[in-house]
Amino acid sequence: MTESGSTTPTPVPEGPTRPGPAEAGGKGRFSRRTWINLGLQLAALVLAFLLTSVVLLVAGAPPFQAYIEIAKGAAESFTDVSNVLVAWVPLLLASAGVLVTFAAGLWNIGVEGQIVLGAVLTTWVLRLLMATSLPPSLIIVLAMLAGILGGALWAALAGVLKTFGGVNEIFGGLGLNFVATALTLWLIFGPWKRPGIGSMSGTEPFPEQLGLPTLAGERLSLWSLALGLLAVIFVYILLERTHAGLRLKAVGLNRRAAFLLGVPTWQYALLAFFVCGGLAGLAGAIQVTAVYHRLIPSISSGYGFLGLMIGMLIAYRAIWVAPVALFFAALNIGSIQLPIVLKLDSTLSGVLQGALVLLVLLVEGARQRYLRRSRTRAV
Amino acid sequence: MDGTTLVIGLAGVLATASPIVVATIGETFAERAGVINLSVNGTILLSAMGSFVVALNTGSLFLGFLAGAFVGAVVALIVAFGSITLRQSQVAIGFVLTLFCRDLAYFLGNPFMGEKGPMLPVRPIPLLEDIPILGTMFFKQDVMTYFSFVLIVVAWWWIFRTRPGLVLRAVGERPEAAFARGARVSVVRYVYTTLGGALVGLAGPMFSLGVKAGWKGTISGLDGLGWIVLAIVIFGAWNPVRGALGAYLFGLLQWLSVVLQPHLQSIPSQVLQVAPFPLMILTLLFVNVGNAEWVERVLAALPEPVRRVVAKAIRALRVVQPRSLGIPFERD
Repeated sequence: MTESGSTTPTPVPEGPTRPGPAEAGGKGRFSRRTWINLGLQLAALVLAFLLTSVVLLVAGAPPFQAYIEIAKGAAESFTDVSNVLVAWVPLLLASAGVLVTFAAGLWNIGVEGQIVLGAVLTTWVLRLLMATSLPPSLIIVLAMLAGILGGALWAALAGVLKTFGGVNEIFGGLGLNFVATALTLWLIFGPWKRPGIGSMSGTEPFPEQLGLPTLAGERLSLWSLALGLLAVIFVYILLERTHAGLRLKAVGLNRRAAFLLGVPTWQYALLAFFVCGGLAGLAGAIQVTAVYHRLIPSISSGYGFLGLMIGMLIAYRAIWVAPVALFFAALNIGSIQLPIVLKLDSTLSGVLQGALVLLVLLVEGARQRYLRRSRTRAV
Repeated sequence: MDGTTLVIGLAGVLATASPIVVATIGETFAERAGVINLSVNGTILLSAMGSFVVALNTGSLFLGFLAGAFVGAVVALIVAFGSITLRQSQVAIGFVLTLFCRDLAYFLGNPFMGEKGPMLPVRPIPLLEDIPILGTMFFKQDVMTYFSFVLIVVAWWWIFRTRPGLVLRAVGERPEAAFARGARVSVVRYVYTTLGGALVGLAGPMFSLGVKAGWKGTISGLDGLGWIVLAIVIFGAWNPVRGALGAYLFGLLQWLSVVLQPHLQSIPSQVLQVAPFPLMILTLLFVNVGNAEWVERVLAALPEPVRRVVAKAIRALRVVQPRSLGIPFERD
C-alpha cells in the first residue's frame, strides 16, 4: 500500500473558514455569526487596500489615483470589460480546478505548467491537422480535447511522483512548471519557429477559421466564457452533490481515516490531479484557440498561481469562485496601463492580490483564535 | 582546461553557492523546529532588491546586508505568527508570502533596475591565501563566503552537539515530549523560524551585492532559486553539512553547464537553463523513494546479492523529515 508511501509533508489545507464543530450550529442562513464573518472579510479587504496604499506611498505614487486608474483600466470601455472577461475565463478554470485538488488535501502548484501543456498540445494538434481536409470546427474540438488531455497527464505526472515516489507535489509541480516553460521556449525557437527566425512573439498565428469565434472586434469568445462557467458548475456539483466529491473531501480531511473506511485514497488523489489538470489544460487550449491564436512563451500568464490564491481566499468554497475570479481579473487588466499613466510596474495587482489573501488568512486565524479563547474561558 | 583555471573555477563555485548554503541552513533551522517557511523564493527576491536599494542609497554594504536580514526576519515572523499563534496552514501563508514578496520586489524595485550598485570586495586572508590550491579556493573570497564556511560548522555543532540544539530537535520531532520536559515549544519555534528567515534574507544581498551584483527585475536570474533551496534542505536531510554539500553540488552543476556549453551545442540553451528543476525532482525522488512501500516489495523480489546492494544505496540516500514538520502544536 502506498498509504504510508509519502513522507514529505502532506499539507492539508486547513480551510480558513471550513466550519468547525463549534460553528456548525448557526441559526438560519444569515445568523449573527454570518454577518460578523462578512464584516471581518470586509475588514481584511480594507486592510489590504491600506497595506497596498503604504506600498504605493513608499514608491512615491498617489494611492487614490492608482486605484482610480485600475478601475478605469478595467471598466472604461466595452473593450476593457471584454478583456476582463477574457482574463476571467482561465482564472475560472484554474480556480475551479485547484478546488478539486485542495479538496483532496493537495497543493497542486503545478497548475501553471498544466495550463502550458494544454496550450502546447492544442497547438500541436492544430499544426498537425490544419493542412488536412477535416472541417475546422472538428479540428478545434480535437485540439481542445488534446489540450485537456495534456494538462491532465502533466498533472498526473506530479500525482504519480507524489504517490509512488514520495516527491511532495509542491516540488514536483513546481519543477514541472519550469520544464513546461522550457518546452514552450524550445518549441517556439526550435521546431515550431516562424518562417525565418523564431521570436518571443510566438509561433506563426493560425488562420482565423481555426479559432473559436469571438465578438466582433474583441478578443472575447462566448464559447470560452460558457466553458469557464460550466467548469465552475461542474466542480461545484462534483464537490457538493456527488458521492465521489464526498470521498474526495474525506481523503483531504483525514487520509488515514478515509483509507481505513475503504476509500481508495491514492486513486482519489490521482483523480483529483487528473480533473484539475484537465481543467487547467482547457484553460491553455482556450488561450491558444480563442485569445492568442498561437503559442506564446508566457501562455499561462500566472493564471495558475492566481487560481491557487483565489482558492485560498474563498476558503475552498466553489460558490465564490466566479465573483472573486472576476475581481482578480479586473485587477489584472486594470493595472496593465499603470506603467503608461503612472510609471508604475503592473505587478501592483499582484501586490494587492497577495496582500488581500494574506490578510484574509490572518484575520480568519485571529477570529478562530478568539473563538477558541472564549470557548476555553466558558468551560 | 589547465589546473589553475580549474582551481579558480572551483573557488567560484564555492562563492556562487554561498548564498544557497546560507539560505539552506536558515531554512534547515526553521524546519528542524517544525515550521516550513515556504516563502523562501519570495524572501530572497525581496531581500535582494531591498538590500540593493539600501546599499545604493546609503553607500553602506553593511546596512544593505542588515536590511536583507531584516526583510527575511520580518517575512519569517509573519509565517510564525500565522502558523503558530493563529494556527493557519503554514503552506498557505508561506505560499501567499512567496508570491506577495516577489511581486513587491518587482514593483518597488522597478525604478532601480539596472543601476550600478556597490559590490562586496574580495578579502584574501594573509598567509593562508598562499597555501597552494586550497589558498585560492578557500581563502581568497569575500567576507560573506567566509561567513558561509563558518556557518556550516557552527550550525552543525549547534544542532547536534549543544543542549539548545537538542531542544530544537526535540521540538521538531516530539513537541509534546519536549513540552512535558519544560521546553517552551512556541517560543523555540518563533525564535528559530525568525533566525532562519534572517539567514534566508542574507542570501538576497549575497546575490545582489555579491555574486549576482545588481537588480535587474525579472531577469535577475534569482526567481526559482528559493525553491531549489527548499529542495536542498530535504536532500540535506535537515543536516547543515549535507545541505551545504547539496548546495555545492548544485553550484558545481551550474558551473559545468556554463563551462561545457560550447561543447553541448546540440542541447538548446532553454533546456540547460531549467535543467536544475528536473534534477531537483529526480533528487527528491531518489531520497524519498526509499520510504515508499512498493519499493520494499520490489526489493523482496530481487535476488539476494542485488537486493543487498540496492537496499544499501537506497538507505544511504533516504531522508526522514522531522516528525512534526508542518504540524501545529496543541498544548492539551
